[in-house]
Amino acid sequence: MISLAGRDILHGWGKFVLTSVGLGLLIGVTLTMGGVYRGMVDDAKVLLDNSGADLWIVQKDTLGPYAEPSSIYDDLLRSVLASPGVESAANVTYLTTQVRRGREDTRVMVAGIDPHDPAAPGRPGYLTAGRHISRGHYEAVADEASGFRLGDEIRIRRNLYRVVGITKRMVSSGGDPMVFIPLKDAQEAQFMKDNDAILQQRRRTEANPAFNRPGAPGVLEGVIASQSANPYVNSVLARVHPGTDPELAASHIRRWLRLEVYTREQMEDIMLGKLIATSSKQIAMLLVILAVVSAAIVAFIIYTLTLGKIREIAVLKLIGTRNRTIIGMILQQALALGVLGFAIGEISATFWGPAFPKYVLLEPRDAFTGFVSVMVMCAFASLIAIRVAVGVDPAEAIG
Amino acid sequence: MDSLKGIRIEGLRKRYGAGDTAVDALKGVDMEVAPGEVVGLIGPSGSGKSTLLKCLGAVIEPTGGRMILGGEPIYDDGWKIRDLRALRRDSIGFVFQAPYLIPFLNALDNVALIPMLAGFSDGDSRRRAAELLEALDVSHRADAMPSRLSGGEQQRVAIARALANRPPVILADEPTAPLDSERALSVIGILNSMARQYETAVIVVTHDEKIIPTFRRIYRIRDGRTVEEAGEGRLVQNMMEN
Repeated sequence: MISLAGRDILHGWGKFVLTSVGLGLLIGVTLTMGGVYRGMVDDAKVLLDNSGADLWIVQKDTLGPYAEPSSIYDDLLRSVLASPGVESAANVTYLTTQVRRGREDTRVMVAGIDPHDPAAPGRPGYLTAGRHISRGHYEAVADEASGFRLGDEIRIRRNLYRVVGITKRMVSSGGDPMVFIPLKDAQEAQFMKDNDAILQQRRRTEANPAFNRPGAPGVLEGVIASQSANPYVNSVLARVHPGTDPELAASHIRRWLRLEVYTREQMEDIMLGKLIATSSKQIAMLLVILAVVSAAIVAFIIYTLTLGKIREIAVLKLIGTRNRTIIGMILQQALALGVLGFAIGEISATFWGPAFPKYVLLEPRDAFTGFVSVMVMCAFASLIAIRVAVGVDPAEAIG
Repeated sequence: MDSLKGIRIEGLRKRYGAGDTAVDALKGVDMEVAPGEVVGLIGPSGSGKSTLLKCLGAVIEPTGGRMILGGEPIYDDGWKIRDLRALRRDSIGFVFQAPYLIPFLNALDNVALIPMLAGFSDGDSRRRAAELLEALDVSHRADAMPSRLSGGEQQRVAIARALANRPPVILADEPTAPLDSERALSVIGILNSMARQYETAVIVVTHDEKIIPTFRRIYRIRDGRTVEEAGEGRLVQNMMEN
């Protein structure tokens, strides 16, 4: 039996291909939106994976250090290290800031890490070039997405840092590339004030009678000294001994150190369920709208193509063609449009995905789901045209 | 007369609507066309030609009367054959004013589609189509798409399509309307020739004064009733003389 759909497509292949390209670009945008969502999820997971931690110890009653601000004393590290089940731990700070790169500003997340312990959690897992930070000050390891190269200098607040290592896929939950600097420098960058602010703070302290009382020498100096030091970090990352239940170690720290502790699973829930939840819903809304628009376009195209063949359909029915043959022709055309459109969309998304500023992750399972969805959408979209075709009176061929 | 392999209708009636608004389009049409015969069906606009053609083509159901096609009753005062689609496919060939070929099938496949729909194999269908195109002298255009065929070639292919399932009757609706005299007479000549060759009854609905003299018998329809008249049969006479 002749494939009526195939012959019709071949007969008007130019129109069919152009229509498929239009639909394919729309599908490409839809797939890219899905890829953006997957990229966000992956960024969030990568941040957790790359930290190499089992536990995130943060300020009590906060969802820190990524979803909410958290500030704890850095000497709590010793207590954490002494907690049962904890194998290693390290202080970390996180600060999202703009840094200059040439004439452009780049948004990065500056992470302060222990420069001396190569196995400490929070350090970049691997480098693609250069070496890890080995000095206590003014060295940096940058993610390649930041655009910095080995030997570049990065100005963060008042200080310059020389890039000694390049890493890859070390990004914040928002997709900003990370720059790792020594912890002390990061604490200074995050918490220390500029010179004018320090001067003003000292004057305010001196003017406070509570700190500058007659007959109490040394109080003012002590207070000013305490203000000059910076004992805060955002979080302590800890790794538990192999075989140790992270929740057990976490409960001990919660109970005895009065801190908030999150395990890997809990932190992932925070990242996905709270930090990027709104963005996810936003993208989901866009996906739904794009899917509806795509379906409407397919329906319109198939409907228009069918209307252009009413006379032929009437003739086909008059000469005894079964309705199911005509339905099959329309359905096959809709599905063929979907297959070609999807292929164009997938290729388009693969090509333009890397050009996006944030990570676009196109997963095969999404491609499969997308393909099935497009096929279902095309099948449904052809229903209006099928209804019209079935309703065509063979008498129309006679006139 | 039930053994007639052409078409025979007796007292065929068709009423549209009901009650006060009812219109009797056909008020008792009698007609008989033998295999191999070509008759003309003429009449002014609104006389019921199109309604009769649709009833003959099993597209609409008559209100009353009797129709026998190829020796088999297909309608008898309310009783009708069950599968009208199959009846149209297997027993009735259609030729229209415009050829209405399927634009995305070449000439051969336009003809072969009909036996394929009837369940013949692709090979048999194409073989049969090729024979018909050969008989109609358009076999050299078998691979051409309809848009590449001339008007006359398209009409020949349309006739071949109408004959593809060897139907006992062909209904031709104004088949010569867009053609000049020479081509119009050529088409009628082909229909006559094919009717004899394939033992098919052909009813040609027409207004075309050029071809009316070619019919040996004419049914004139007026106010929903037919009157049989003797035609001149000029073309047939000429063809026989040739």
